[in-house]
Amino acid sequence: MTEISLLDRYAEVAGGDVIEQLRQLARPLKGLRFVHINATRVGGGVAEILQKMVPLMQELGIDTRWEVITGESGFYQCTKHFHNAVQGNQVNIPERYLKVYEETNAHTAEELKGVLDEADLVIVHDPQPAALISHFPSRKGKWVWRCHVDASKPFRPVWKYLAQFVSGYDASIFSISGFAQQLPHPAYIIAPSIDPLHEKNVQLPEEEIRTVRNSFDIDPERPMILQVSRYDRFKDPVGVIRAFQMAKNFIPLLQLVLAGGGATDDPEGEEVFQEVQMVAADDPDIHVLLLPGDAFHTINALQRSADIVLQKSLKEGFGLTVTEAMWKNKPVIGGDTGGIRIQVVNHHTGFLVNTPEGVALRIRYLFHNREMRESIGRKAREFVRENFLITRQLREYLTLICALLHGKEERIELG
Amino acid sequence: MIAIATGKRARNLRELRECLRTIDSGSIYYHFWGGLLRPRFDDPEYHNDFAIWIARSLHNKALAERLAVIDPVAYGSMETVRNELIDIIEESLDETEFPLWAKRDDQFEFIRHQIVVFDTHMIANTPESLLVILPEMSLGSIFYHIVDARRRNENSLDDFQNWLRGFGSTYEPLCRAMREICPYFTALKDLRDELAHAFTTYFHKEDL
Repeated sequence: MTEISLLDRYAEVAGGDVIEQLRQLARPLKGLRFVHINATRVGGGVAEILQKMVPLMQELGIDTRWEVITGESGFYQCTKHFHNAVQGNQVNIPERYLKVYEETNAHTAEELKGVLDEADLVIVHDPQPAALISHFPSRKGKWVWRCHVDASKPFRPVWKYLAQFVSGYDASIFSISGFAQQLPHPAYIIAPSIDPLHEKNVQLPEEEIRTVRNSFDIDPERPMILQVSRYDRFKDPVGVIRAFQMAKNFIPLLQLVLAGGGATDDPEGEEVFQEVQMVAADDPDIHVLLLPGDAFHTINALQRSADIVLQKSLKEGFGLTVTEAMWKNKPVIGGDTGGIRIQVVNHHTGFLVNTPEGVALRIRYLFHNREMRESIGRKAREFVRENFLITRQLREYLTLICALLHGKEERIELG
Repeated sequence: MIAIATGKRARNLRELRECLRTIDSGSIYYHFWGGLLRPRFDDPEYHNDFAIWIARSLHNKALAERLAVIDPVAYGSMETVRNELIDIIEESLDETEFPLWAKRDDQFEFIRHQIVVFDTHMIANTPESLLVILPEMSLGSIFYHIVDARRRNENSLDDFQNWLRGFGSTYEPLCRAMREICPYFTALKDLRDELAHAFTTYFHKEDL
């Protein structure tokens, strides 16, 4: 039996026309050498996307490599500080960490010299490998810096340090326009995406969904609302509980599941988790779950079990948990902030809200309008299919690459 | 089409007007037409990004309505559209004592764009062959041949009409039917359906 190609598998979910367009766009790029560089092959959203993006590009006939920068603990300390500072936290990074950062980049540049010298296009993801570019002053290819985090209000001293490297790139990519910083090159806007074939998003048998629900004592006969997010004040888990309590006065059988993970190494995360447990303690219909970071199957099953998914963030980057829920035909009630605004369209894919009262109102509205709930769910899935699958992100990457390699004009005609 | 941040942002009407004075006309084009390549639901209340932002973030529905009615097709060039936008906003500023401010994370972000054009290897040898090809065309192709063409072609006609004109006056009734289709208020999917319908009606009438 012939093995089905990755592109064919994506054609089944995204549509044959989408894949055909990718093939057409990739045709002029055949024979060119591309390299992605990030900081890890496993764990985190960037690695997840690259695990599929790289083989997809290879199947399209583009010679694509994926390289990783690694270092000692000082390097990771430094880049963790970068991560927080780019997102606005005031962090003073000790000089010795910056030295380790630069040395690690210098060492990696040496290791990858042959590959990067020959590459026609290098996409560097996030700050960890950003300084590599300074070691290739006479590079022949184009270099693009991809920023995956919310850089709308970076801590200026750290941003100033990073900008000395980032400014040297030929282009940068930000997830939404509000995140883009002023740089001396084009700042492209490419929204992130989900992988429909990832364990987190694939269709699950009803039996598996039931098993997960039972393991947390969630009653399958009663309505359930869910928020999946880290225990973080910006995700407003306490506000979610207040909204649930208000809605429950009118929908007595309602259950709430708060599912989050990976907070135990974060002092504030641990504090928020304790606070949430305390607020929820008297109500057996509130399930507060602390899940490991790789509980993809569990999250998938919980999202599929829910009648409505909440993402009541007060501040949000893009909010891929919203995308995941919408892909599973769920209406989403989301905070009116960041990337949630791009995904949640009032009355079409869900509702944007600003207060626990707003959440409670929309919960009641959706539970009293079953048809509306189902229709919103259907539209939400279609919206994701057209806009937030990895195939759309790849199409935009290929478009950007064509644009970069062929000029700066507004309209670029490929021969 | 791919979007590029210009770095220019506005939080109130005055800032919007100032940016409009200097922003590249390609950005104004994007904020009028780019929405067609983004998904639309049923019947959007406003059809350009300026009107949408003013209604949603500045809560000025009267001004949003006045800007929403601007149909760029009727204005010839984006420079004329720019002047019209500025005029209407200035009029509104004259009437407003306290201009409202949008939240910091809800500013109007000026975007420009690049279009990459590539061969789809779909070829129509005769006008009639478009009957089969049109329904199969991607929405990007529809955008390029109908919307982008009007800006690209000196006579401001779409690519189909220009091609049909090469056959003399034979297809004038079909061209007339196409001119009645309004791209500005029509989602690309519907635009494709309406074009296909115009071709089907024309050629089936010919068969009778």
